Amino acid sequence: MDSIKQFASTFFVTGDPMIYGADVSIVLVSVAILFYLTKFKKWGWLWREWLTTVDHKKIGIMYLIAALLMLFRGGVDAILMRIQLAAPNMKFLESQHYNEIFTTHGTIMILFMAMPLIFAMFNIVVPLQIGARDVAFPFLNAVSFWLFFMGAMLLNLSFVIGGSPDSGWTSYPPLSELGFSNGPGENYYLLSILISGIGSTATGINFLVTILKMRAPGMKLMKTPMFSWSVLATCIMILYAFPALTVALILLFIDRIGGAHFFTLTGGGNPMMFINLFWIWGHPEVYIVILPAFGIFSEVVSTFSKKRLFGYTSMVLALVSISIIGFFTWVHHFFTMGAGADVNAFFAIATMAVAIPTGVKVFNWLFTMFRGRISLTQPMLWTLAFIPCFAIGGATGVMLSVAPADYQYHNSYFLIAHFHQVLIGGVVFGMFAGLYYWWPKMFGFKLNDRLGKWSFWLWNIGFYVCFMPQYALGFMGMTRRIYVYGWDRGWAPLNMVSTIGAFLMGIGFIVMVWQIIYSIKHGERDTTGDPWGGRTLEWSIPSPAPLYNFAEIPVVKSRDAWFEMKEEMAQPGYQKKPVHIEPIHMPKNSGIPFFMAVFFFIGGFGAVFEWYWMAIPGLIGIFACLFARSFQYDTDYYIPVEEVEATESALGRL
Amino acid sequence: MAQLAHDMKHGGHDAHAHDHGHHDQEGLKMLGFWFFLATDLLIFACLFATYIVLRTHVDGGPTGKELFEVKGFMTETFLLLTSSFTSGLATLEMRKGNVKGLIGWLIVTVLLGMGFLGFEITEFVQYAMDGATMSRSAFLSAFFTLVGTHGAHVTVGMFWIIGIMIQLSRRGITDVTQRKVMTSGLYWHFLDVVWVFLFTVVYLSGMVM
Ligand code: HEM
Ligand SMILES: [Cu+2]
Repeated sequence: MDSIKQFASTFFVTGDPMIYGADVSIVLVSVAILFYLTKFKKWGWLWREWLTTVDHKKIGIMYLIAALLMLFRGGVDAILMRIQLAAPNMKFLESQHYNEIFTTHGTIMILFMAMPLIFAMFNIVVPLQIGARDVAFPFLNAVSFWLFFMGAMLLNLSFVIGGSPDSGWTSYPPLSELGFSNGPGENYYLLSILISGIGSTATGINFLVTILKMRAPGMKLMKTPMFSWSVLATCIMILYAFPALTVALILLFIDRIGGAHFFTLTGGGNPMMFINLFWIWGHPEVYIVILPAFGIFSEVVSTFSKKRLFGYTSMVLALVSISIIGFFTWVHHFFTMGAGADVNAFFAIATMAVAIPTGVKVFNWLFTMFRGRISLTQPMLWTLAFIPCFAIGGATGVMLSVAPADYQYHNSYFLIAHFHQVLIGGVVFGMFAGLYYWWPKMFGFKLNDRLGKWSFWLWNIGFYVCFMPQYALGFMGMTRRIYVYGWDRGWAPLNMVSTIGAFLMGIGFIVMVWQIIYSIKHGERDTTGDPWGGRTLEWSIPSPAPLYNFAEIPVVKSRDAWFEMKEEMAQPGYQKKPVHIEPIHMPKNSGIPFFMAVFFFIGGFGAVFEWYWMAIPGLIGIFACLFARSFQYDTDYYIPVEEVEATESALGRL
Repeated sequence: MAQLAHDMKHGGHDAHAHDHGHHDQEGLKMLGFWFFLATDLLIFACLFATYIVLRTHVDGGPTGKELFEVKGFMTETFLLLTSSFTSGLATLEMRKGNVKGLIGWLIVTVLLGMGFLGFEITEFVQYAMDGATMSRSAFLSAFFTLVGTHGAHVTVGMFWIIGIMIQLSRRGITDVTQRKVMTSGLYWHFLDVVWVFLFTVVYLSGMVM
């Protein structure tokens, strides 16, 4: 009995009323979901339509929902931190709790919010935009999603079971080594990212092959829409960057459970090795999340200026050069390592060089808008807000890249303000623009304009109110990751302002959720499939797209394929070509991806607690799933012509 | 209708030709596999980089020179290189359409792989018994992880090839099994190339350093 008590008191996180609150709400929500599914007999539906789906559109929607939930969780973390910092000597959070929260905030926002959000956009848009019926490997796509999902679950479990990681999202050793981080928290961090990282790498491979090989006939690489181009560049970066992260995490894990000495201070280890590997992934990672946003802005700007994108070729070149230079800048995250003037100079110059292609892109967007007929829709608003925001973020980035000056800014609130400006003002605004833009394509209705404007202004004003003071605080000597400060520092007023800004953004998020709920009922329905006057192929099909996307694969003649087709159709004497429908080849649903991810979860959870009796069966389960899949030959089917015809005529397309 | 779908599936190459928008699945998988290999190569690259940084960090413990035995690692090299050759022979038999020959050479490949692993495990156990474990020094951590990761890859590759042999014996040589033999063969050669680097960077330069 006593030993059970003993076990439970370390297994479950105890002692904090907030955690008890979380426990209760987790249990209540789970019970409510189980009740709902059983009461309304939804289990079969859930299994058939979602858990086993290999349809890229549904996988995209699942990524989206998960990412928004994670944005909420990360946002709550942020608000808690801002409350603690609002005034000097606050007693809201203790130091340990504060450490845990900034760690999960960063980890979740980058790996479990930004990544799934970009993957949501990849999935929802890319096949439709290039005129394909699915991605190259639909089964693998489902595996990727479920690995991400289970990774995210594992990390989120940590705060009620075992304890959260607390050594920062960068998890530098020796702090993250055994001697300093004994609990399971750090293991949670390592395993959850490893698991979801495998999924991310697979997504990179999947979309790379999709874009290279599955474009509609006639769509040359230089006729591919800009968003798909940005995904192509992103995928190449994923392939090159993620292995470094995988290795860094695995080696740290071996240090922790195998007593190795890669990054320890004793035994000849070298902590800087981890930090190098981490940023060899980490810097490209920031471009991995921003490039798709660039792609979205390109689509949005061109559609809502009613002009073709200015400087298409230079846009492509900029993407490609960013994705190459991005791999030669990582040392700017630790100029203070003391690598010497020559090394620091190289990386400083490479970092500054990234600003050049970025600037090219900004000017291209501006020139696209120049003399365009601009309509201020919601996607366009976010795009317009992004441009000045990112310009400031880029400029402060260049300030940070001046190596000698960085000795002063490094790890201060100036740095915090910089990366939030590029991540929120760039990635988040970009994904929001994409969300509003493609929402009708996903769900068949637009999101309400009035509520959207409220949310937009709350977010924007909130952003500047929150982060502009942080630049100043950085100059005043406030360093990152501190949890209290005294009155004598003079930081109090600006911190209070910053906290107010955070709350404004929080309200903006709530309004956005309300907007979505409201629009499900009252949003303007999209019956044409082309609510914005779009230019690319995804707008040529009904919203939401049918299972097989295109009844007939379109033949592409020019860059803005759908725009040209519409022009052609508007010609006098245009004869509609009869649609020629053939049986459509589709992948079958499969439960294996889900089960495999469950085994990953079991294995991961076992490894977190170093319970080999649990970890090893998990590992065996993973391989069993792989083996089972290898023996499956009956993996796809054909949708017969009649069925396609029936669907198309129901959608008014025949 | 089910009949039609069934016919389409088993119609072989004909169905392919007038199937608009149906991509060459096996070709896609082959390309995807190349990209996967690129990521795997980068994993090894990072491990090599770590090893090179840490190989002099012996912390007063044994050095490579003291540990490595020429006979052991030469045998391992010989076994693995030969297995790569036999895996090539298997592909040749496949080209000729000879299932028996194909499976035969694959068996030889797997046996050679097992031999390789046997020697490697013996080597590791020997070191551990001499007190040269992973937790002795950073050099040894890096050594065991780098060489062990390669060994783990070989193990996975063996199980994979066994799985493919079963499928070959059931289904013969088809578009799908052919692609599977090709990808696993590629993987096996890739491990061979990695070993050549291991041999040079770890063992040979360890002996002279
Ligand atoms: C012109 C473009 C940019 C330049 C010149 C630049 C430069 C820098 C430099 C020099 C640092 C390190 C500062 C220090 O630690 O003292 C830094 C940190 C950072 N940057 Fe940027 N950056 C740029 C764009 C971006 C973008 C687009 C993103 C993300 C979308 C981003 C995200 C980050 C993050 C997350 C960190 C800090 C991570 C941490 O330490 O936790 N940056 N940047
Ligand atoms: Cu960076």
